[in-house]
Amino acid sequence: MVEARPRVGGAAQAVLVAKKDLRIEARSRVAINQVVPFALLVLVLFGFALDADTAALRNFAPGLFWLAVLLAAVLAVHRSVSVESGDGVGDALLLAGLRPDAVFVGKTLALGGQLLALAVVLLGGIVVLYGASIEDAGLLVITLIAAVIGIASTGTVYGALLAGQQARETVLPMLLLPVLSPVLIAATRAWGDAMGTVATDGWAWLALLAGFAAIYSLVGAMSYGTLLEAAHV
Amino acid sequence: MDSVVSLRQAIVLLGGFPALAGADLDVRSGEAVLLQGPNGAGKTTILRLCAGLARLESGTAEVLGVDLATDRVAVRPHVAYAGHRSMLYDELTVAENIDFWGAASAVNDDERWAAADRLAVDERLHDVEVRRLSAGQRRRVSLAVAAARRPSLWLLDEPHAGLDQAGRDVVDQLIADATDAGASVLIASHELDRVRRSAGRTVTVAGGRVLEAVARG
Amino acid sequence: MSESPTSSKTSRLLGVAVALGAIALVLLAFIAVEPDVRINAETGQEIGQFDAVRLLFVHVPAALIAYLAFTVTTVGSAVVLWKRSVWWDVVAGASAEIGALCAALTLITGSIWGRPIWNTWWEWGDVRLLTTLVLFMLSLGYLAVRRLEGTATERARRSAIVGLLLFLNVVIVNRSVEWWASQTLHQKSTIADATIEGNTLFTLFFAMVVGVGAYVWMMIHRFRLAWLERMSDRFGTDDLLAARRAEADDHARIASAVGGTSPEGESS
Repeated sequence: MVEARPRVGGAAQAVLVAKKDLRIEARSRVAINQVVPFALLVLVLFGFALDADTAALRNFAPGLFWLAVLLAAVLAVHRSVSVESGDGVGDALLLAGLRPDAVFVGKTLALGGQLLALAVVLLGGIVVLYGASIEDAGLLVITLIAAVIGIASTGTVYGALLAGQQARETVLPMLLLPVLSPVLIAATRAWGDAMGTVATDGWAWLALLAGFAAIYSLVGAMSYGTLLEAAHV
Repeated sequence: MDSVVSLRQAIVLLGGFPALAGADLDVRSGEAVLLQGPNGAGKTTILRLCAGLARLESGTAEVLGVDLATDRVAVRPHVAYAGHRSMLYDELTVAENIDFWGAASAVNDDERWAAADRLAVDERLHDVEVRRLSAGQRRRVSLAVAAARRPSLWLLDEPHAGLDQAGRDVVDQLIADATDAGASVLIASHELDRVRRSAGRTVTVAGGRVLEAVARG
Repeated sequence: MSESPTSSKTSRLLGVAVALGAIALVLLAFIAVEPDVRINAETGQEIGQFDAVRLLFVHVPAALIAYLAFTVTTVGSAVVLWKRSVWWDVVAGASAEIGALCAALTLITGSIWGRPIWNTWWEWGDVRLLTTLVLFMLSLGYLAVRRLEGTATERARRSAIVGLLLFLNVVIVNRSVEWWASQTLHQKSTIADATIEGNTLFTLFFAMVVGVGAYVWMMIHRFRLAWLERMSDRFGTDDLLAARRAEADDHARIASAVGGTSPEGESS
């Protein structure tokens, strides 16, 4: 009795979801007004913690940068999940007939876009505050993109897992941060090479980041349907 | 006549509680059925089960020819479920919500806005964020989103609650239009006198079961 | 002696065997095994692990069981997603609890061993150490997810996804940490090329057997306890179902008492 209905392509659905998330961010400005200032504050606090030792700060700039990104990412993931926890929106998403993998890609794109913008601001932050210098811009930019895709896809997976849970605020960091430790290691190394603070092959570390991003994008696309069903029943 | 909804000994557990404890229900196509019964009787759960949102624990449930025990997803695009919740993004405007949900369900532009007009969504509200709307205004928008999909089965949970007189008339008209177009409607409501005028049949739900089918008329 | 609801003849026998094995292990470890002392051929100094070698009899089985337990969790998670098995869900959860305990034990004994041998509580250059630490933290996350609210089915599926990812994450972490450690200035730590032989080798082997026995014994009890909890939930559901149906019958009786009319007054 159920006849086929014209469907929107998966890519179009993903773009639709991403645009929706970014529009909500443009209106509510949670990322700009809260997440970015938080991340900048973390950079300043690192400066205090390392006793404003310029040589040390310059040396550790890549690691401190990525740690600040990870901490801010936890907040951004919370926001990305709470967008969908509106009044019955979970039911509405299931009923609308959107493909779960398209929703995953859309939410990952929107989260990744916000993290990318955040990272650009923070990059300015470590250049100004820590005296970091860029020696290999190509490696730096490509590493940034690969790492952000990895963080955004992982965050979207674990965020959906905790949607609708009261314990989300405490469980998400303890679930997400250990999983992201390889991203912290690899991105710090690759940026260490790009900023000339560590003698290592940054491109090899970039390959590891790309692998991580690919694996988690695949895992997310495959498991998102199950996650949505488990969260909203 | 085709059977649109067919529940046999349907049991649904919500967090371990048997919200449905063996419900039997049949709805034919083009029929409007009123579900009456006390609070907590299981009316909402029947609607959520038919919408493919609640999981069938045991028994059988077939909606629009889809076996809900094996596939809850296939039925969803063909039903409209409107409950107590707005099912809209609070931070988006009315127009943005209508566009997003319309595009998500592959409803073209004209149909989206025709449905909004049919539910008399005030044009002056189009650029207002949903969180600023009253409960009644939200209901209209959410019904407009559902109507645009031209569902084969309407599942309405207290559709009149919070609506003004004009709004109630719009809902009654929506039900009449749906059945005229051959769709079926299942309405859970406490406003018996009002809904009986639209519904061809009333059934009583209590203790998670359907008690008796009260005769047509 | 009162009957424990989670024990059976087999599990009691196993429990006694494991307890006796543990006593025997203590005797072997402290009496039969000599301290690891060797003479450096060139300098004539005494080298080796001395009494610290006895920690291996806890450390090695704990590490073995931790990884064994999480393998069981991963396998169980896969079966839950594949066949919606309740049995495997309970097994996966029970095994992860024991695994987390053993991972913690591995880290603590490793740290105590490292103090005299490596002259540090913590060695950032050791890949197994770092991997086990991250595994321990990941397992805490998994156990936190198991405790989240929801129906048994939702919780099972959610946990199963995290359980499957646990394995994937451990592999990724292990690879990246290995690479990281090999590129840092830290010296890669190796157990001083001690050849384990004689009583030490036998005791180590014996310790692993006792450890696996202890794992199986704990699994049986933890599994049965969790299973009983599930069953009591199910009996609870049956009671609730009966009560719910009685509610419907009451409603019908009231309706007929009013004279063939439903409470809302429409005659049938």
